[in-house]
Order: sequence, then C-alpha cells, then structure tokens
Amino acid sequence: MLTLLETVSVPTLPMVWFLLVTVLWLGYFFLEGFDYGVAMLIPILGKKNDKDKRVIVNTIGPVWDGNEVWLLTAGGAMFAAFPGWYASLFSGLYLPLLLVLVGLILRGVAFEYRSKHPGTRYRNMLDWFAIIGSFLPSLVFGVGFANFVIGLPNDGLLWNGSFWGLFGPFALLGGIMLVVLFLVHGAAFIALKTKDEIHERAEHFGSRVGWGATVLVAAFVICQNVFYPANSEFGDFRLLAWVAGIIAILAILASTVMTSRGRDGWGFILTGVSIVTLFVGIFAKMYGNLGFAQDEAIPVEQRLNILTAASSDTTLTIMTWAAVVFVPIVLAYQSWSYWVFSRRISTKNIPDEVEAVA
Amino acid sequence: MDSVTLARWQFGITTVYHFLFVPITIALSMLTAVLQTFWVRTGKDAYLRLTKFFGKLFLINFALGVVTGIVQEFQFGMNWSEYSRFVGDVFGAPLALEALLAFFLESTFIGLWIFGWDKLPKKLHLMTIYLAAIGTMVSAIFILAANSWMQNPVGTVFNNGRAEVDGLAGFGEVLTNPILLVTLPHVLASAYMVAGGLMAGIAGWHLAKINRDGERRDGDTGAYRFAVRMGAWVMLVASVFTVVTGDMQSKAMVQVQPMKMAAAEGLFETETNASFSLLTIGNLDGTEEVFAIKIPGLLSFLSGEETVQGINDLRAQYEAEGFLRNDGSQTTLQEQFASELAENYPGIDPAPIVPVAYWTFRIMITIGMLGAAIAALTLWVTRKDRLPKPSPLWTVLMFAMSLLPLFGISFGWIFTEMGRQPWIVAGVMPTMAGVSPSVSAGTVLFSMIVYTLIYGGLAVIEVWLFLKYAKAGLPDVAPPEVQKDPDAPLTFAY
Repeated sequence: MLTLLETVSVPTLPMVWFLLVTVLWLGYFFLEGFDYGVAMLIPILGKKNDKDKRVIVNTIGPVWDGNEVWLLTAGGAMFAAFPGWYASLFSGLYLPLLLVLVGLILRGVAFEYRSKHPGTRYRNMLDWFAIIGSFLPSLVFGVGFANFVIGLPNDGLLWNGSFWGLFGPFALLGGIMLVVLFLVHGAAFIALKTKDEIHERAEHFGSRVGWGATVLVAAFVICQNVFYPANSEFGDFRLLAWVAGIIAILAILASTVMTSRGRDGWGFILTGVSIVTLFVGIFAKMYGNLGFAQDEAIPVEQRLNILTAASSDTTLTIMTWAAVVFVPIVLAYQSWSYWVFSRRISTKNIPDEVEAVA
Repeated sequence: MDSVTLARWQFGITTVYHFLFVPITIALSMLTAVLQTFWVRTGKDAYLRLTKFFGKLFLINFALGVVTGIVQEFQFGMNWSEYSRFVGDVFGAPLALEALLAFFLESTFIGLWIFGWDKLPKKLHLMTIYLAAIGTMVSAIFILAANSWMQNPVGTVFNNGRAEVDGLAGFGEVLTNPILLVTLPHVLASAYMVAGGLMAGIAGWHLAKINRDGERRDGDTGAYRFAVRMGAWVMLVASVFTVVTGDMQSKAMVQVQPMKMAAAEGLFETETNASFSLLTIGNLDGTEEVFAIKIPGLLSFLSGEETVQGINDLRAQYEAEGFLRNDGSQTTLQEQFASELAENYPGIDPAPIVPVAYWTFRIMITIGMLGAAIAALTLWVTRKDRLPKPSPLWTVLMFAMSLLPLFGISFGWIFTEMGRQPWIVAGVMPTMAGVSPSVSAGTVLFSMIVYTLIYGGLAVIEVWLFLKYAKAGLPDVAPPEVQKDPDAPLTFAY
C-alpha cells in the first residue's frame, strides 16, 4: 500500500479549480459552521427567556444568509467546473442531500419568521426549525466528507453503494465530530459577539465542550491518516494531510484553553483555524479522486476523477477570470458587513416587541 | 409512474412554487427602494412608513424565495444527473456566476438593509437596498441565460461526448442568445406587474376600509393613495412592456421552436396568412382540429411570418430531416448531435402535449390582461381625491389585482417549459435521456412527498404572516438615527 504509485499529471486548470472549490467549501464550513453552532445552541444557552434566545439569534441575524451563499457557490462551482463530479455526487448521495435541503429550508425561514409573531408556541416551533435545520447539514456533511475520505463506491461513472453503507464507524465519527466542532465554534462566536450573561454562558460552554471537540477531532484526524492515507496516483499528500490534521487538533485544543481564560477573540479564530485545517486535510485526500474510489483495474482516463469530470479549458478559463475579479469583491463587502455589525450585544439591546401587530 | 415522469413533476412543482416568490423579490425590492428614496429626499414620514410596510412584506416573501431556490440548484444534479453531465460545461457556468455575482450581493446587502437602519447613514443605507435589488436582477440574467440555452442551444459544440462551450465567442453567444434578449425583459416586466399589482391591491383594500371606518391615523389616507396609484401605474406600464416583449418573444420563438408556436395555437396544418385561434378543440390523438373559432390573419401577424407551420407538417419534417428551426437551419450543437440523436433516440414524437401548450398560453394572456384592466379601473376609481367604496366586489378586485399577474407568470412558465417538450435541450437531448439512472422512482416519489409537505406547511405560515402584516397596515415609525450608545435598544432586531 505504501509503494508510491505512478503519478498522473493533472492539467493546470482542473487543478486550480479543485483548489477554488476547496476554498469555497472551507469558506462555507468556517462561516456557516458558527451559524449552525449558534442555532443549535438556542435551547442550550437561551433557556431562560425569549430575550436570551433573541440575543443568540441576533448575533448571526444580519450575516447568516450571506454565509450560506458559500455553499451555493461551492455547488455551482462544482457544476460548472466539474460537471461529472456534480452529477455523480448529487445523484448518488440523493437521500443525504435531501436531508441537507430539508434542513436548509427549515432554518432558512426560521430567523426571519420567528421575529414576525410573538407567540411562544410559534417561536418554539421555529426554534426547532433552526435547531434541526442546523443539526442535519452538520451531521450529513460530517458523515459525507468522512465517506469522501474513504472513497465512494462507484462503477466508474455512478455511485453504486448502499444508503446504509454510508454509516460506517469512521463516517459516524465524522458526523458527530463535525456537530460538536460546530457547537464549539458557535459558542466561540456567541462569546465574541455578546456581553453580560449570555456571553458568560457561551464561554462556559466553549471551555467545557471544547475538550470533547478536541478528543473527537484528534480521533478523526488519526483514523483518517492511519487508515486512509492521502496517497494515490494523483500524488503523495500524506505529509500535508498529517500536518493539516495536527494543526486542527492543536488549534481546537488552544481554542479551548483561550476560551476558558476569557480570550474569546482567540477562542473564535482558533476554532476557525481548526475547521479550516481539518478540511484542508480532507481535501488533500480527495485531490484527484474527488472522493470517489478509484478502481485500478480501469484505466485512469475512464474513471470518475479530476481528469474526466472537469469542464473544457474554455469554461474553466472564463470561470477563473470571474473568480479572480469577483471573489475579492465579495470578500470585501462581506467583511464590511461584519464590521458594520461588530458591536457586542446583550439583552439590553433587544427592543421590546416592536412587531406587535393585531 | 417512472422516474422520468416523477422527476418532471418534481421539477414542475418545485419550480412553479419557487417562482411565486421570485417576481415579488425582483420587483418589490426595487419598488421598496424607490419608496425609501422618496423618504430620503423629502424626509416625509409617510414614505418611511410605506418603505417599512412594503419592505416587511417583501422580506416575508424573500425568505421563502431563498430557501426554495436552494432546491433548484441541487435538483439538476440529484434528479437530472445525465443532463448535468452532458451540459455542465455550458449550463453550469451561468449557475455558478449567479451564485457568485448575484446571491452574495442580494443576501449580504439584504442583511445590511434589515439590520442597518441605526448603523448606517441614511444614504448608505439606501444604497444597500438598491444593491440587493440589482442582485436579484443579475440573478435573473444568468438563470434566464441558462434557460434560454435550453430553448435555443447556441454557442455550443458537440465534443468529448458532451455539449461544450464553443470558445470565448460561444460563451458570448450564450449570453446574447436572441431568446434571452427577449425573455429577460418579458420576465422583468411581468415581475413589475406582480409587484405593482400587489402594492396597489393592498393599498386599495386599505383605502376602502378607511372610507368605511374613517381615518385611523393622520396621513394614512395620503400614504395609501400614493401607494395605490404608484402600484397601479407601475402595473399598467409594466403590462404594456409585458405585451410588447411577449410579442417579440413569440416572434423569436417561432424562429427557433416552430413546434412550440404551432402547439400554442393548436395549428395542425401549415397555413399561409394563418388565423389566430380563439378556441380550438382537437381530436383525441391530437392530429386534427374538430372545432375552431378563429380571427383570420392574426396569427401570421403575431408570429411575423406569412406562412406558419402546423404540427402535422413539422412532425413529418422531423421524421424526414430531424429537428429544424423555422428557416430550416440548426444550431451547431443540433447539427453535430443529429446523427447521435437519430441513432440513440429513434421514434421521438417532436410535439408537446398540444392542449397544455394551447391553454396555458391563453390563460397566461387572459389573466394578465384582466389584471391590467383592474389596474386601469383602480386608477379611475381613485382619480382626484376619490376613495373607493367598500364592497365585496372591491375586495375581490383588489385580491385579483394582487394575484392574477402572479398566476399569469406561472402559466407562462408552464407553457414555455411544457412547450419545449419532448426536449430538455431543444432539438438535442430528449428529456428522458437527462434523468438520473441511479435514482429509483420510489426515491424521487419519496423526496417529492417530502418537498410537498414542507412547501405546503411553509405556504400556510407565509400566507398567514403576509395577510397579518398586510391587514395590520402602515406601522408607526420613528425616523431612525445612527445609534452611538452601546447599551441602547437596536432599532431593529429579530
């Protein structure tokens, strides 16, 4: 297994686009990661009264929708740059994606609609929309990316595994790990964005559960690199995967320490670093094979991989220019919106029900 | 039912549902921006109250538009994997560009607009709603470029066993597709009919109520009058644009999809100086007409062609020569794929379901025109300082004005997409060839049930909220100021 396989050369444009798709997924996990965590923390940190819950919701109120677009852009970029990948992956993992969509639909209306009517039962229902809607994508993407690390079974074109086959021990570890990691990331974001009581609860939660996240991330990284080393005919990325994984472990560990000392700026940045490096390690393993098992009995040009799934050079060139021009612009205005809403909030900032409508 | 039929139903249900929210999002965001501009310019409370009122209705609608849009983007890969694989090189780019150029703009600046009242100076805050509104239009450009390509696959070659963009010039052709150039203004104009009708309908309903109960608050009457007249004018002007661009669209359609036009007209045999059918009933196998009422010469006039080809002749032509456009030409992709098509998919009936195309086309036109007529009536009733008299009829008219254009658009899309059949890419790929082979009919059915239940439940919540806020009327507002005190309540929070 450790014999170095013959290396396949990948043309530049598909390589660039694999990196860009990776960047979009990293952006999505970093940004929506805390959105999901924040929403899942509504019942945990906001148990006392509705104003507490509203503080939590309002930490992400102005920005969550923009964060979610990173996922849509990642999906769109996969369609445009790697139609074969998009087609086989989305049709193959149909039911898991359905769960993600159900989640995204429910949480997408939850925040806007929750504010439009004050009834307790109504708000509880929409809080559950937000909680379930954040839990499902976190879990499914954790399970999903663990399966990409293993390599999805396929006949060279289409996925041919079984639904229950997606839930092996490593995949379940991935799912649980990502849910807990997002919870801690969300708690770090709430700690950073709030003051007074909610702030303290969030810090308390982060400094406790952070240890659990550290153990889970460490277990995932070690299992990944021991059982599924990032080495294939597309290149040997074992060192990168190990280094990225170890940084992910150290970052979540350091984040937990920082949070328990009240340094919530560092706490948040380090959970973010942990998420990003964790997925750098995962994408290193997916390079070339795109998360699909490569049957070495079939010639490499006839399997589902970066060579066969990519779009034409023309399309990739056009898309590259669009990305070069617009990604920095998007980053600029999205950062500006975070700056506009950078002030910490507490229950004092939450207006009474101005929406009181007959 | 097989998985093709189910996947088509699913696409139809989710798309028609999604598109109930799209036109309101596109046009009401802009009308709200215009109202806010009046406020920024004049400082009058009435405009601010109108901005907040229609802004809130816009946001209730926007939330569902966003979440149902996500399903659309994923659905191509989930249900139509072979379509996605075949066309991704040319079709994927507009979707990716839509996300990158439009969705980020919309979602970020909507967030800034909702929460930014006490964070941003007035003019900067006004800019955020304009940028969000522009984002919705950019979105329309790319999604219609993708759709127009399916109707008329230009700028593309058959290469490596799939449809590929024909160089940079080919991509330019996709973005300047003649179908796109007429569809975009048609869709935008009809979106303004919807938003104008909604604005006028809601304000008109309130005016009648004020006429019955007397004024509740100072300035309500003036504000609603402004809204009802602005909305009705927007709707009337937009309906003129909709008709003009619709006419251009049908002329363009005759050129690239003659069969769709023939089906829309129930025209079975080719006619010179063709008459426009007011009512045609065909026989059961859809090959000849049994009964018809017609206006002589009108169809030829509307289609811009003296001779309009009929369904039966087009069918015979397809069997003999393959898919041809009106002038007998083919796009590069249609030409290069022709032998592949004849070999792999023999015996396709190139005609859509004629009654569906025929009736959806007519219902679209009829209810759109009806809506415009109510807008004209509303302007007449509210002329000078007059208020409408409250009556059940007035309520019905106001509801009709709000909803008819929306349903007109639904029928328009059903016509356009059903009329494209049996093709998923006109003259190239049959719809049945695009479906995901690895997804069973049961799976598609299951997901369809899930979507239908969730969409149904959310529709109940959204309509209830929408009616609640529409009925509640103009909110009282304090002019927002940039807030410096870190402990002061926010002007707006969820």
